[in-house]
Amino acid sequence: MVGIYLARGMLIGILAGLLAFGVATLIGEPPVERAIAVEAAQVTGGHGHHDAGAAPDTVEAGHSHHHHDTQAADEEEELFSRGTQSGWGLLTGLLVYGAAVGGLFALTYAYAQGRMGTLGPRGLAAVLALLGFLAVVLVPAFKYPANPPAVGDPDTIQQRTALFFILLILSVAAMVAAVVMARRLAARWGAWNASLAGGALFLVVMVVAGYALPEVNEVPEIFPAQLLWRFRIASWGIHATLWAALGLGYGWLCERAQSRDLQALRRGDRPALF
Amino acid sequence: MAHATTHSGTPAVALPVISAAELLPWAVFGGLLLVLMVYFVGAEQGATSLIQGREVHEFVHDARHLLGFPCH
Repeated sequence: MVGIYLARGMLIGILAGLLAFGVATLIGEPPVERAIAVEAAQVTGGHGHHDAGAAPDTVEAGHSHHHHDTQAADEEEELFSRGTQSGWGLLTGLLVYGAAVGGLFALTYAYAQGRMGTLGPRGLAAVLALLGFLAVVLVPAFKYPANPPAVGDPDTIQQRTALFFILLILSVAAMVAAVVMARRLAARWGAWNASLAGGALFLVVMVVAGYALPEVNEVPEIFPAQLLWRFRIASWGIHATLWAALGLGYGWLCERAQSRDLQALRRGDRPALF
Repeated sequence: MAHATTHSGTPAVALPVISAAELLPWAVFGGLLLVLMVYFVGAEQGATSLIQGREVHEFVHDARHLLGFPCH
């Protein structure tokens, strides 16, 4: 049973990743290209392969400021063209991410099923996707938002990556705790008040974490505010597309398979994928 | 599989509970694999590297930025 749920989740996740790729191409790639142009313009010498900006190409001091320290940066010819990065690379990244998030979502759904009140498959999947989007994407991004190329000091990548994942894990843990607590309290307080209490717990934990964790601000002075805003909106849009498609698609798939799932379970068979 | 009660396609059927024991192996092995997939899109050849080089980082570069992972 769990295997079938997992397969369904990963399948829907791949489709959700495909939709997210459409959104990323439409609203995500334009700000990425403009940010790369800003990056090229701000580096003296410019990127050889990011020549969309007004960077002077007369200086022979190598190209990327990213690798100024250790590696002999000059042999660093481009591994993939911009076309590959924004095409197959972006598609691959989003499909793999979609499949992985879909699988993790399905495992969560499998555990939550029958343990979260009277919700049917569609309702349960939609609620879990909404809570997942809040805990995995939206709330952590208020503290450590997405950054386009040209933003971020390569020397702090270790700390920034660690902080990002610490906050992500904390946020997911806080959401799990909030839901578990709300379920426990529901019998005594009623579903509404118990849900409010769960929401308050999540909020308090995340506000405290937001104050406790260090600030990261590596946006260059000259980076256009409007471009940064567009990029971050695009990032949220891509995630929102992915989670909405996942929650609604998975719920739809499980709802229509529900009666056959139950019949198979009663016979002791494996349910079919669809 | 506690309460897979009788039903006739009506919406008010309680969903079957899957026991933690049945879920555990899937959660551990499947979860590990899935988290590894997220790691390769989100962080490989950034702060940490399992594979030498920059190929993974450069190939998924745009996805990593747009998904909000620290890229470089």
